[in-house]
Amino acid sequence: MAILKTEGLTYTYSAGTPFEKTAVDHVDLCIEENRMIGVIGHTGSGKSTLMQHFNGLLQPTSGTVLLENQDIWADKSKLREVRFKVGLVFQYPEYQLFEETVAKDIAFGCKNMGLSDDEIKTRVFETAQMLGMDRELLNRSPFALSGGQKRRAAIAGVMAMRPKVLILDEPCAGLDPKGRNLMLNQIRDYQKKTQSTVLLVSHSMEDVAEFTEQLLVMSRAKLFCFEETYKVFRRADELKQLGLRVPQIASVMTELRKKGYDLPEDLYTVEKAKEAVLTLLRKGAASC
Amino acid sequence: MIYFMETIVKAEHLIFRYPADTEENQNQVPNEPILKDISLEIKKGSFTAVLGHNGSGKSTFAKHINAILLPESGKMFVEGLDTSDEANLFDIRQKAGMVFQNPDNQIVATIVEEDVAFAPENLGVPPEEIRQRVDSALKDVNMYEYRNHAPTQLSGGQKQRVAIAGVIAMRPDCIILDEPTAMLDPQGRQEVMQTIQKLNQEQGITIILITHYMEEAALADRIVVIDDGNIVLDDAPKKVFSQVDKMKELGLDVPQVTELAWELRKAGYPVSAEIITEDECLNALEALL
Repeated sequence: MAILKTEGLTYTYSAGTPFEKTAVDHVDLCIEENRMIGVIGHTGSGKSTLMQHFNGLLQPTSGTVLLENQDIWADKSKLREVRFKVGLVFQYPEYQLFEETVAKDIAFGCKNMGLSDDEIKTRVFETAQMLGMDRELLNRSPFALSGGQKRRAAIAGVMAMRPKVLILDEPCAGLDPKGRNLMLNQIRDYQKKTQSTVLLVSHSMEDVAEFTEQLLVMSRAKLFCFEETYKVFRRADELKQLGLRVPQIASVMTELRKKGYDLPEDLYTVEKAKEAVLTLLRKGAASC
Repeated sequence: MIYFMETIVKAEHLIFRYPADTEENQNQVPNEPILKDISLEIKKGSFTAVLGHNGSGKSTFAKHINAILLPESGKMFVEGLDTSDEANLFDIRQKAGMVFQNPDNQIVATIVEEDVAFAPENLGVPPEEIRQRVDSALKDVNMYEYRNHAPTQLSGGQKQRVAIAGVIAMRPDCIILDEPTAMLDPQGRQEVMQTIQKLNQEQGITIILITHYMEEAALADRIVVIDDGNIVLDDAPKKVFSQVDKMKELGLDVPQVTELAWELRKAGYPVSAEIITEDECLNALEALL
């Protein structure tokens, strides 16, 4: 079932002024439930503007946004509920922390949803656990945590609402390699467990290659494509024109294939490349 | 004591811990210093990258170079000047400029060229010379055409370049950059890295770059890895990245091509340990297949 749809979605900043700029231009999308989707695009391509339409932060200049087949702007009084179903985590979310304790901060969204105290407590514990946060941290002030822990606490606050769609804008920005890996694995586990749809805005081709099933590519306010990740990476030359690139290893494998080596397509992680190269080497050895 | 000009920055057995109850103290184990015993010499004109996981002490180390922090014990010298001697502070800060992670936290003026003029003004540079320095610094970072713009209208990469221009206007011998591209997108990162390389190669400015990004560290002459307050690796990029096991143990990364080469070596195939670029990988694989 399509959880989110857009039809002719267009957004123009400062319409009618000299600073007018169309940031999203007639985008048609159909996003399914239970998916891990990467969102990529050069700076200024419209990714963030597009994301802010999904939870009703921005109202389209024209076109519609449908959540579970309902136009989210049909009844403005219901917009609040949209925000419980579509959670958006901005970059550097740790700047949003404000409560006395981590537990209270994570509970904030749930409280606004009107959930019972018991339900809130369960959700806070479960979510903290999903993100690898020690129980002990829950009673501390959010400001007494390390950077990585603060980041997790902020994300937990949105996850605890169990949104059907979770949008994360560069959740790994500023994290070290180990931290990035951990964060992405935890996000993947969260998606599998909740069977929700997760949209991951990222600039790292290596990250989206490893962790996403589909890629949504924006370019100059338009939707360039929205398809399976492996299909998108086949279009390496086109991506280059858009100011994007493919994972380092994908480049190398493509070059080898072009030179005539019998390698399968879609080798864009080290693991896949390794297996393919080893297979080829063994074949070669066997035929000697 | 005489210090030869060849060495521009010298750390001798630096030990440092943050005072209790400060924000930086959160990563520190109670009663353990964050810098445990750092000794390091950096040569004039070189490009050194400092890598380390979050909390390793790399930023803390960087802040000792231009005396933002003073060692608990041990010494830090910049061109022979002891950072713990207050009389040296002005000179040290002119010789060693620093660029931080968040572009918004470094820009103070409402017009680009006024921001770049800020430091020379504070140093008491004569007005005509300030004009010259500001123009030349902005040209060095390719932001001259934006000199009358408001910094708030600029992208992250542009702001960081303005911050770098602000440092260059002081005519430093050394620029320390503490994760300058962490908050930037790939385009912004590329712009900043190109600028840094240009300053190092064309003007001989010593660069000390604290970073997480392996592609950036790969551009340096030398990589120093700090782990848990100690220097654990110190060598040329090829030599450092080839130690894939160690890097992973330290919670760091290696370029994908380096990792592939390592995997193939593990499987018994003769592949060089020192592959860090796509081309090198391509050539090595062709030789094998």
